Amino acid sequence: MNLELHRCFRCGWCKYPSGFEDYNCPSYARFRFESHSPGGRLWLIKAWLDKEIEWSDHLSEILFSCVACKNCVENCKMDFRDEILDWIISAKSKAIENGLAPPKVRDFLENILKYGNPWGLPRNKEASWIKELERYKDQEFLLYLGCECRYEERGARMAKNVVEVLKKAGISFGVLDDETCDGNEALMLGERGLFEELASKNLQKFRELGVKRIVTISPHAYNAMKKYAEGKFEVLHFTQLFSELLRKRKLSLSELEFKVTYHDPCFLGRHNGIYEDPRKILKSVPGLKLVEMKRNRENAFCCGGGSGNFVFDFLSGPSSPARLRIKEALGTGAEILVVVCPICKAMLEDVIKEEGRIEVKDIAEIVLISAK
Amino acid sequence: MKDEIYKALVEIVGEEFVSNRKEELYIYSRDSGLSDPSFPDFVVMPKTVEEVQKIVQLANREKIPLVPAGASLTLSGLTIPQRGGIVLDMRRMDRILELNRRGRYIVIEAGVTQGKLQSFLEENCPDLCHSLPEAPPSATVVGNLLIHGQGNLTQPYGFNSSMVTGLEVVLPTGQICRIGSCSLSPYWFSIEPLPYLAGLFLGWFGTTGIVTKLGLKLFPKKKLRDVELFVLEDPNLLVEAIYRITHTEMAEDVTTIAQPYPLMFRGTIMIGIYITGDTEEELEFKRKIIWESLGEIIKAKEGGFMALMPEMKKGLLEKPMSSLTRTADILKGGGFVYCGAIIPIEKFPDALRKLVEIAERNGITYAHSGRVIGRGHCMMFAFAFPFNRGDPESMKKAKKALHESYAATLEIGGVPWKPGAEEQKMILEKMDRGTVELIGKIKALLDPNGIMNPGNWEVRL
Amino acid sequence: MADKTFQLKFDRNLCESCATYDCLTRCQYMEIDVETAGKEIRKLINGEDSSVLHNCVTCYACEEYCKKGNHPFYLITDLQEKKGILPAPKPIVKQWVNLAIPTKKDIPHFYGAQEPVISLCLFPEYVKTIQGKLFEGVSIVLGRHFFCQLVYLHFGKPSLIRERLPKIIENIANHGFKEVIFFHDECYSTFTSYANAYGIDVPFRPVHFFEYLYNRLKELKGEIRPLNLKIAYQRNCSTRLTPEKEHYLDKIFDLIGVERVERKYDRENALCCGGIIRSLQKYDLFVDVQRRNVEDMVKAKAEYCVFNCPACYSSLAERVTKAGIKPIMLHELCKLALAGRENYEG
Repeated sequence: MNLELHRCFRCGWCKYPSGFEDYNCPSYARFRFESHSPGGRLWLIKAWLDKEIEWSDHLSEILFSCVACKNCVENCKMDFRDEILDWIISAKSKAIENGLAPPKVRDFLENILKYGNPWGLPRNKEASWIKELERYKDQEFLLYLGCECRYEERGARMAKNVVEVLKKAGISFGVLDDETCDGNEALMLGERGLFEELASKNLQKFRELGVKRIVTISPHAYNAMKKYAEGKFEVLHFTQLFSELLRKRKLSLSELEFKVTYHDPCFLGRHNGIYEDPRKILKSVPGLKLVEMKRNRENAFCCGGGSGNFVFDFLSGPSSPARLRIKEALGTGAEILVVVCPICKAMLEDVIKEEGRIEVKDIAEIVLISAK
Repeated sequence: MKDEIYKALVEIVGEEFVSNRKEELYIYSRDSGLSDPSFPDFVVMPKTVEEVQKIVQLANREKIPLVPAGASLTLSGLTIPQRGGIVLDMRRMDRILELNRRGRYIVIEAGVTQGKLQSFLEENCPDLCHSLPEAPPSATVVGNLLIHGQGNLTQPYGFNSSMVTGLEVVLPTGQICRIGSCSLSPYWFSIEPLPYLAGLFLGWFGTTGIVTKLGLKLFPKKKLRDVELFVLEDPNLLVEAIYRITHTEMAEDVTTIAQPYPLMFRGTIMIGIYITGDTEEELEFKRKIIWESLGEIIKAKEGGFMALMPEMKKGLLEKPMSSLTRTADILKGGGFVYCGAIIPIEKFPDALRKLVEIAERNGITYAHSGRVIGRGHCMMFAFAFPFNRGDPESMKKAKKALHESYAATLEIGGVPWKPGAEEQKMILEKMDRGTVELIGKIKALLDPNGIMNPGNWEVRL
Repeated sequence: MADKTFQLKFDRNLCESCATYDCLTRCQYMEIDVETAGKEIRKLINGEDSSVLHNCVTCYACEEYCKKGNHPFYLITDLQEKKGILPAPKPIVKQWVNLAIPTKKDIPHFYGAQEPVISLCLFPEYVKTIQGKLFEGVSIVLGRHFFCQLVYLHFGKPSLIRERLPKIIENIANHGFKEVIFFHDECYSTFTSYANAYGIDVPFRPVHFFEYLYNRLKELKGEIRPLNLKIAYQRNCSTRLTPEKEHYLDKIFDLIGVERVERKYDRENALCCGGIIRSLQKYDLFVDVQRRNVEDMVKAKAEYCVFNCPACYSSLAERVTKAGIKPIMLHELCKLALAGRENYEG
């Protein structure tokens, strides 16, 4: 692709949300060196490609600490803003191609290829209750779980909540026996070959089974499938389905007197423009009070888990994005921080022990509690 | 040797906030202008004034240059370390310390950005604002003030640097010093009536000390804001028009625009007149007085107010105006430089003529924007040249045009604002010998080891 | 700049034998009684200076008021230019003259553009609104190479229109179009009324946006959900040059189920949006005209104010909104009536 890196003026609008409240680029907020800002990263990529500087571990860290949250794309004032993330992904791609990626990244991708999940876990490490779920065979929906929900504790709990809600609403769905990775992180890491292979495997599976409508739990899977499955199949995120179910009164909700705040996940929000469906769900719960964080919707501050960082954890530390976000949530006075992404859930839940009195709950759990 | 300094810096700020890695050194060796890059040895990010003090003490001991930096957006290379050394990225010191609403001042640390302050004030006291420059929100408030920046409140109230009410400075020899009322009172409300020590640090480009805290005047912010563009052809009439507009005392910001593109702007010059009010009546009252003040020019059909399309108005009312940042992409090359000339307003026609000459001579495009300072006491006249960072020829031409603009500024009797090292030399050469010596004496007094941003305001005594 | 090629088809006898001088007596911006009108008309037809030339706000209404079709407004504009009388200050005029000079970015030929084709001339910001069922299969041409130039009637430079128009017509004709739909009323009026008045040949059939919208809405009749709204319609200046197409508008309103409220300042009594009056530096008149117009809409209980002209929209939208009425472009209103499942309430 044609990288017009020289067009970056290093003005810094990209570091901020539209209201300038605080730094909104996760890696810049974490590391604070100008080199870790979007503009710094672009200039360094250019210097590397122009052979002005050599590849190094540090450059590698800088490049792969971009979590693909798209805040820079959203706030850059120049005409090429839509290409910024693509340029960064191109650079990651080149690094991987030339065997320069950090070991954690290399392992991540190899594990997906070999084991279907980034941790390299065998199938028997999947959450046990998945075995009891109906396999897909002509039901209305294919429920795509994704690796976070199959192998990771918080994700698995979230998936269970979603499943329970769907059952309560009488939705006919089935899961795949053997899921192929959705490919989103491969795409964000620039591993185009792997992404296309995963995409084609998934499409083939869906075709063979006669799938028509797919609903995903993870916004990451939603994002990836929108790219390759859209047009051939209907792709929904579970919050879109829940929102529709509530509108059609398929669920009756009773009072829940909680004060909650909502964290927009990047792959539903800035990547796909979905901001209102989750809010509609929350507003349907009687007695539930929703207070917004300052940085909400297209200004949301990323949890720091994207582009594989939920495994690499390159942004951990006392000012990790997750910690900063929890601090912000605490500032609203809310008792519960509601998430709709299993990765956000894991990243944010991991830090609440040290940060203060707030619970992280996924939206399905809220609906479930209220739907009793 | 370098290893020991590295270890000492790590001792002071912690390993995470020191770097001698080439990636950081690369980024901090250059800015978005056309100055030659020059590498630091270290980049350090202190969090407290005590850390800054320790760094300064270390630098004095080891005779290492120190370069304090905000967001490095001057475009004149003022934070590029000319002689290596340590760049202090001040932006971790980003606390807002005290808002005194009745006193209309705020106390902030050196790393607080324009965006953060703007957002904070909107949230906490929407009837107060600070003088906001057209820089990106990532620029620092202190940085702008220290280079005598201007903002949207400069026409009524003067340079942004005149809005300081107190300073905390780490002197080049390591003492921490308070300037103004804060040196003897808990309130940071004024530099006067004490000896104007703030003058030792404003406009010195970090050569006399490191500002760590600043007291800043806040001003009334009205609920409504609108803008008019008055269009003229004759630059001499523009001078007259500005005189009349500033006489009314009804305007907030008063700006000037002249550029060959888009075609609609070619051959005309515009005055941007901003008005504010708490009610529609107040706004209309001010608007009418301003229209009337220009009545003669309008009657003679020599000037008129432009009907603004909603998109254009929105762009003009944006705070700050992102359209100015977009000047950098005019040539799809991510760059522009400008000579901000501070000139008497009556010199506007000369400056404009020179700008067009310079652009034509170098075969490049240009843009002019300007801002009236005080009630017409002078103005900032920008000779701006976009360039394409991917085209060496384009960069060469822009650099030459820039240099010629600085020369032209001095020629017509103006003073360059935030001159880079090269341009500072031009100024010192033209300057009264007595003044030059005074500059040298003060620098030598405050910075005996010559460690503070060397290469700037260099005077041989 | 004298233009020898195209002459105004003007018959002085028609004015001399006029008893009512509607063009001047009905003017909403100049107080002229029949007696004064008679005197001023004679000055005008003799090519002499007249207060009319200095005080005209260029609202185009007299073209409509003259029941003899004798082009009083075109006469006024030609005389203004002849006498060097500028309605607006010189720098403002310069901006407008420069605005329409084609640049390298403007495309003179749209390969692949096929009929039905809409010309969006100088309104690129509306390109993204020309989509959906209402505009299925429509091609777009736009840019300064297609700009009708009629706006110079406001600035005392009508010769510029006649100077640039032949090339514009050629640019359009080079595409081989038999019919061209014009988004902006001014363009339509240029290629019909103005071209006619000066004997300029137009080798394609100009189609008014109203005509296109009406026919298309008829085709989609089954999908229209009547809006049941009261709307005020803002008539733009150039519409007065071609009032014969206005019947399409009322038919459209019928189809989409909106009521064009009866109010003082509609149809022949319509008020200028004020945009040009402001450009002519008549600030008090501008405020007065907008205030009266909007108050009139409020009094008639309009819920929306419908615009056919983007310039009127820019000029009035803010004041209309402040008065609690929603501004909307005509084609957006039509799209609203067609809005199906994509537009569910949430």
